[in-house]
Amino acid sequence: MELIFEISRPGRGAAHVSASDVPAVDLDHIIDRKYLRDELDLPEVAEIDLVRHYTNLSRRNFGVDLGFYPLGSCTMKYNPKINENVAAMPGFTGVHPDAPDAFARGNLELMYDMQKRLSSIFGMADFTLQPAAGAHGELTGVMMIKKYFEKKGEKRHLILIPDAAHGTNPASGALCGFEAVTLRSNMEGGVDLEHLESLMTEDVAALMLTNPNTLGLFERNIEKVAQIIHSRGGLLYGDGANANAFLGKTRPGDMGFDVIQLNLHKTFSTPHGGGGPGSGPVGVGEVLVDYLPVPRIVKNDSGYGWSDHFPDTIGRMRAFYGNFNVMVKAYAYIRSLGAEGLTRATEMAVLNANYIKEKLKPYFDLPYDRTCMHECVFSGNRQVEQNGVHTSDMAKRLIDFGYHPPTIYFPLIVPEAIMIEPTETESVETLDAFCEAMISIAREAEENPQRVKDAPLSTPVSRLDEVLAARKPDVCWKK
Amino acid sequence: MDYCPHTKDDIARMQAAIGISGIEELFADIPEKFRLQKLPDIPYGLSEQETITLMSDIAARNQLPRMTLTGAGAYVHFIPSVVSHIVGRSEFYTAYTPYQAEISQGILQAIYEYQTMIAHLTGTEIANASMYDGASAMAEAAVLSAKMSSRSKIIAARSVHPQYRQVLRTYCWANGYTITEVPSAVSGQLDLAGLQDALDESVAAVIVQSPNFFGCLEDVTPIAEAAHAKGAMLISGFTDGTSLGILKPAGACGADFVVGEGQSFGNPINYGGPYLGIFAAREKFLRRIPGRLAGATVDKNGKRGFVLTLQTREQHIRREKATSNICSNEALCALAACIYLAALGTNLKTLAALNVNKAQYLKSRLLQIPGWTEVFSAPTYNEFTLRCPDARAVNEKLQAAGIIGAYDLQKDYPELANTLVFCATEMLSRNDMDRVIEIIK
Repeated sequence: MELIFEISRPGRGAAHVSASDVPAVDLDHIIDRKYLRDELDLPEVAEIDLVRHYTNLSRRNFGVDLGFYPLGSCTMKYNPKINENVAAMPGFTGVHPDAPDAFARGNLELMYDMQKRLSSIFGMADFTLQPAAGAHGELTGVMMIKKYFEKKGEKRHLILIPDAAHGTNPASGALCGFEAVTLRSNMEGGVDLEHLESLMTEDVAALMLTNPNTLGLFERNIEKVAQIIHSRGGLLYGDGANANAFLGKTRPGDMGFDVIQLNLHKTFSTPHGGGGPGSGPVGVGEVLVDYLPVPRIVKNDSGYGWSDHFPDTIGRMRAFYGNFNVMVKAYAYIRSLGAEGLTRATEMAVLNANYIKEKLKPYFDLPYDRTCMHECVFSGNRQVEQNGVHTSDMAKRLIDFGYHPPTIYFPLIVPEAIMIEPTETESVETLDAFCEAMISIAREAEENPQRVKDAPLSTPVSRLDEVLAARKPDVCWKK
Repeated sequence: MDYCPHTKDDIARMQAAIGISGIEELFADIPEKFRLQKLPDIPYGLSEQETITLMSDIAARNQLPRMTLTGAGAYVHFIPSVVSHIVGRSEFYTAYTPYQAEISQGILQAIYEYQTMIAHLTGTEIANASMYDGASAMAEAAVLSAKMSSRSKIIAARSVHPQYRQVLRTYCWANGYTITEVPSAVSGQLDLAGLQDALDESVAAVIVQSPNFFGCLEDVTPIAEAAHAKGAMLISGFTDGTSLGILKPAGACGADFVVGEGQSFGNPINYGGPYLGIFAAREKFLRRIPGRLAGATVDKNGKRGFVLTLQTREQHIRREKATSNICSNEALCALAACIYLAALGTNLKTLAALNVNKAQYLKSRLLQIPGWTEVFSAPTYNEFTLRCPDARAVNEKLQAAGIIGAYDLQKDYPELANTLVFCATEMLSRNDMDRVIEIIK
């Protein structure tokens, strides 16, 4: 498809600016020429061409509304339409963040109530809604851990990260000056307790644990893990990326987590927007409350207001208060599902994942054969060894069947990993059809491997040359 | 209510296939003592109609302003109708990050177009797919400069947005870097002599913003020269992105990184978010910058296509050695910006000139009120700083009339008492501004 720049014609335009209703001033007179730009080279297109261009681009994009999207670890559940409608209400979209509190009573009340609800759902003492995404929440959480030890006068420079963890975990630790130490998994996919015992010294600030982990397995020894960390003065960090597996069934605060970040764009149904915006609230236990970022919402005589007066805070993580409009959608979701709905969502998410696991088990290697939570992780090893067909080939072939592929090659501890997260909003018929597609691809890998390697065959472009893209980077169009 | 399609029969059939007799068996790995019977403090679910009523009531407890006279990093601009229509297409908004390029050409090409427009607007060669917001983009540029140079000192102009400097302090503290702030001269621009005094070979980066928080335009070229003379980077921000329609971009004045808030480009004010962190840089930093990058390439038939590229910079490949921990960004806000800029095209220049015009009108009217004076002499875009006899009383009168008043500088700059920063965009009509004068007088 042509680029917007390639359909540009001088003299065309879509949005026209109102005529000035104030006395004209000579720009050169107000602003010295040295501050003014020489040229402005933006596309010039008529509105109909603009609309067709981006509408056609949208048709080359796959979203949850088009089909099953079992992208493991990303919780691509259905995004309820009502949430889009309420978030677009002018009362929510039209208030400036620096407005006096009197203009924003509803917003403040919503955010305060959201913090309370999240605190009770996750068993934490308090929440901040400021972080803009999950990784931003991780950074916030790790900074609070750093501040905690700074206040205690302890110099701890290590942070433990399981080998199955998301890449954001070690990267967040590194951005706070911590050195990441890798913690091994045991034979059943959980934390290797002996290894943890040997690593957990007084140099270790925290363990960053995802529970259930990225294999979709619940950490059965969570009580022991928490005890080892806490007994040596460390803190337990929870990566809430997989909260869709346990919401309503257990609470991180009860299990001993001192801090946890959420992803509202996963667990709480807000759309992912092709890469964002997300929202990454962080919950803390009593030990970390004083370090929460500012400003915080406080109750006052006239309702709620913002306060910066928390001397031990880590400070600010971004301008203003976070991705407010995303919170509105998540809040509507919590209120519409209620306690029963949220719990049932978890149950159906776990039921769906186990159903897929059982149906595909005969056809693909399953490295950890036990009850999974919200996702299951297979390996494409058998297909590589027997047919020379890789996981990436099978993923691309799934596209031809009308599915978004699962997450592949993650977690790193499973070779040729295929990580499937169906979510609760998919019907049994959808799961059956997806499993049929997977099974027929496994058969095709045996009978006609080249066909799988040539996939996708049905897309506007075939497999793209990623090596060329990296070797000769072209990230901006030039005339 | 919930969105699960499962009937009782479905559940029974699925349980049989798994070999369990009840859902609870699937949660057996959760130790008994941590099992929850019921979610506390969460009320019963609401129907769609009830939820709409609830949310309408909450929204109604906000007061929609008749006018907004504050900018300060978030700007009320007119958004053409095409923006929400295209951003509202669910092929875009219900997608994840485009890891699977063949079925994500839509967002990948749009991001590529966005990157191209941003690089041009900022006068640089490259731009990434977005950061969280202007403040975090600035902080990440500072951290990156320090890492690349193995230096640990950052200099920031005191005229940079106060909240941006707070975010900068948080990120720098976490990495063990120090920040020195350089005040403004009487013009409202950075005090170049003060900068020279603070600069030495331990400085990783100098940070300015133009227009700055007071609305003043900075003369970026000599600042870049001063920074480069000591081997430091220049990170230059901006307040309102629409100013780039007429202003010479920092990239054309020697800045190494141009960062800022892109909300002005087609994104609603939304009480502070989601917004759009713009991150643009010189080409030589391409393999070091944080965030996603869409790149052009070809498929096996030689057809042009787009992929996420240079991913070896990123956390999912490099883990603790990554240039940043960023994963999700603000892709949909970047898409809105892309459509907005394509819709405006070269009319962005007309729009920017109109903003200057409106601000000049409001300023000249306010200066006719006895006791009101200009504070700084540097040229301005759509924000300007004035001193008045009683800033608080002014904003109270405006608030009583349903207007969000000007930004009172005293809480961030104690030395600037009774000093207000006004913002006038194309949204204010002459009648609106005349009314503001009547209310204040």
